[in-house]
Amino acid sequence: MATVMKKVDAVIVGFGWTGAIMAKELTEAGLNVLALERGPMQDTYPDGNYPQVIDELTYSVRKKLFQDISKETVTIRHSVNDIALPNRQLGAFLPGNGVGGAGLHWSGVHFRVDPIELRMRSHYEERYGKSFIPKDMTIQDFGVSYEELEPFFDFAEKVFGTSGQAWTVKGQLVGQGKGGNPYAADRSNPFPLEAQKNTVSAQLFGKAATEVGYKPYNLPSANTSGPYTNPYGAQMGPCNFCGFCSGYVCYMYSKASPNVNILPALKPLPNFELRPNSHVLRVNLDSTKSKATGVTYIDGQGREIEQPADLVILGAFQLHNVRLMLLSGIGKPYDPISGEGVVGRNFAYQNMATIKAFFDKDTHTNNFIGAGGNGVAVDDFNADNFDHGPHGFVGGSPMWVNQAGSRPIAGTSNPPGTPAWGSAWKRATADYYTHQVSMDAHGAHQSYRGNYLDLDPVYRDAYGLPLLRMTFDWQENDIRMNRFMVEKMGKIAQAMGPKAIAVIGKQVGDHFNTASYQTTHLNGGAIMGTDPKTSALNRYLQSWDVHNVFVPGASAFPQGLGYNPTGLVAALTYWSAKAIREQYLKNPGPLVQA
Amino acid sequence: MSDQDRDNPRREFLRKSLTLIPVVTLAGTGLGSSVLQAAPESTPAPAVPKPAAAGAGEYQPSFFTAEEWAFINAAVAQLIPNDAQGPGALEAGVPEYIDRQMNTPYAAGALWYMQGPFNADAAPEMGWQSKLVPKDIYRLGIAATDQWVKGLSGKTFAEQDSATRDDLLKQLEAGKPQFDAVPAKIFFNLLLQNTKEGFFCDPIHGGNKGMVGWTMIGFPGARADFMDWVERNEQYPFPAVSIRGERA
Repeated sequence: MATVMKKVDAVIVGFGWTGAIMAKELTEAGLNVLALERGPMQDTYPDGNYPQVIDELTYSVRKKLFQDISKETVTIRHSVNDIALPNRQLGAFLPGNGVGGAGLHWSGVHFRVDPIELRMRSHYEERYGKSFIPKDMTIQDFGVSYEELEPFFDFAEKVFGTSGQAWTVKGQLVGQGKGGNPYAADRSNPFPLEAQKNTVSAQLFGKAATEVGYKPYNLPSANTSGPYTNPYGAQMGPCNFCGFCSGYVCYMYSKASPNVNILPALKPLPNFELRPNSHVLRVNLDSTKSKATGVTYIDGQGREIEQPADLVILGAFQLHNVRLMLLSGIGKPYDPISGEGVVGRNFAYQNMATIKAFFDKDTHTNNFIGAGGNGVAVDDFNADNFDHGPHGFVGGSPMWVNQAGSRPIAGTSNPPGTPAWGSAWKRATADYYTHQVSMDAHGAHQSYRGNYLDLDPVYRDAYGLPLLRMTFDWQENDIRMNRFMVEKMGKIAQAMGPKAIAVIGKQVGDHFNTASYQTTHLNGGAIMGTDPKTSALNRYLQSWDVHNVFVPGASAFPQGLGYNPTGLVAALTYWSAKAIREQYLKNPGPLVQA
Repeated sequence: MSDQDRDNPRREFLRKSLTLIPVVTLAGTGLGSSVLQAAPESTPAPAVPKPAAAGAGEYQPSFFTAEEWAFINAAVAQLIPNDAQGPGALEAGVPEYIDRQMNTPYAAGALWYMQGPFNADAAPEMGWQSKLVPKDIYRLGIAATDQWVKGLSGKTFAEQDSATRDDLLKQLEAGKPQFDAVPAKIFFNLLLQNTKEGFFCDPIHGGNKGMVGWTMIGFPGARADFMDWVERNEQYPFPAVSIRGERA
């Protein structure tokens, strides 16, 4: 029935950051590489053309660049005792669609990782004892160390053109008094570009944080502070803080994306092909179920196509990688009752809290000015930078002002108690739109036995296949941490001397709200690790069960980070690519013996 | 892929020094469409008098009936009134905006996952679970509201005085009236959301005429270049511009 295409060396499912990085690395290794992207072709021109792209209604409100959930969504329930319901409108998270994926519409906060978060369970057990970790908390070590990943963080920053201020380089202090982060791990090189300018909001946050005894630093940002050419020859222009960043295609070539930073180097290659509008249904396995033979997809005209390949890279968004593994029978599905199985296990998110401070008209925060990655942050309560012992929770949280640009339909906020309409609403909106500071505690989120992903028994996608089902809710540890972070961040907000403050945090008994945006930082479900009983992938992101399938992405994180995930996603992808190039291609088979 | 053409504008762009105020391509003032539309001679008089509001008169709705149009005009004028703060929803062309939106995929629910089974009574934290789409919600919500209001006073919503309309909208907002066809809160929330969209969107979508919404709050619209203003604790001095190049 299906048309069978000519075999390729490697097929990549999804062309976001991980797909683009893998395509570059594997073509460099001489492979014939085909990338299948289910959405349309997208690029700075025409999709980010000025002034058409400066359109809040089309992009932020009607969500033009995000996943088309009329065709496929996820179902969500809070516990195994509930019936899952489909996420009918995009809300809490915004997966991407089309060439560039979420890497085209992201903001650009570009962190590495706090080293202890790569060995979360070991670190907490060593410092606080085994009993400190709640029984149902399933945090694990990644199976790879910061030192092993450092060269890949370094290279990814060069590819992205990241702006920031180092604290130490090869052990030498370079960032004191210049906006460096004293809690940051050592680096082999400075950032490719100096840190971006600070908005008035970020300046206020930095000053107030210093006053209360915290140590502010400049956010590392994949928005350029100056002109830049990356190692692939891709050019970027300086970011002008246009304020249309997250949710938009950057018209300035200033926000790193697969489209701007990698695709131009791939396009001329005879051994690379990108096929947009190609929706992969499954990975095909041979009769032993231990080797993939390629993938089957639906093309733009609705035809079913079989694409044979020697190597399959699942480079789709976190949710879709997990679903493809479940639909293809790669790895044993996780069962929350027995705790056995690996695919769907350790699904985790981000534990956010937000405080908004409102000022008089002599404080001009001009919130329409913004860049997605820029800002000022503190790490005093991130990772394990403080003694968790007296507080009884696992996890930390950076806090920051990250003024990415607030627009009037979705981006206005008023002090608590303001009516939602009428003359009083008008007056408050006019009084406060350009006189407010929004700050976030971007909390790490841990994994638990009961938070997991599997296939929904009722709801189906446009092709008749089961939707992914998310079983997820906030746990006691999450609420406790959230309240702690609100209290600490509240001190910064108070020190700014605002007229009014609004707090958006979690209370005991709160359930996961699928309708309100939190972050798109979904983690886990196809996690990496050192034991095939508790991880779907080995430390090189290779499936334990099907050795020619590699699965880069935040789906490999055993728990959520305090920092934004993209930096670690990119570094792990380069790390995995190196193992494929230097080990796997010479001797295809498991890179780690189970 | 032949993307040679796509690459050229990029190189050119990077070479250019950046001057980004859009070129004015229309002599328009936001009233251009009215010139093209002769008022149909046979239009029946609206069943109810329209609210005395300037600016929204010329547009002819293509989705809403005359009765619905009267409701929309009356309701948005309460949600964002013309007051001491400046022009309101009617002056901004919000009714035109909402009517035009009704002919988009959004209003048909085509941007949402709409396969059943539906569980309309799910808890709010489960997000949208209704089978209804914006077109249905307006049609059913306006009819139910007018029927409810007539039952109270014998007059439609649009025929009430301003204070009464405010009170009725507050009751809708609180979900007080129990409508069979559509929950009052869902109807109110959609109306309020679309009203704010129409007040603050780029004028290209039919609302925010004269950029009155942006001017009220100090949003500069499509300028989108603040390189020299990032660090300054000062009021931004330049008026808004639109995608079409209009200046406020």
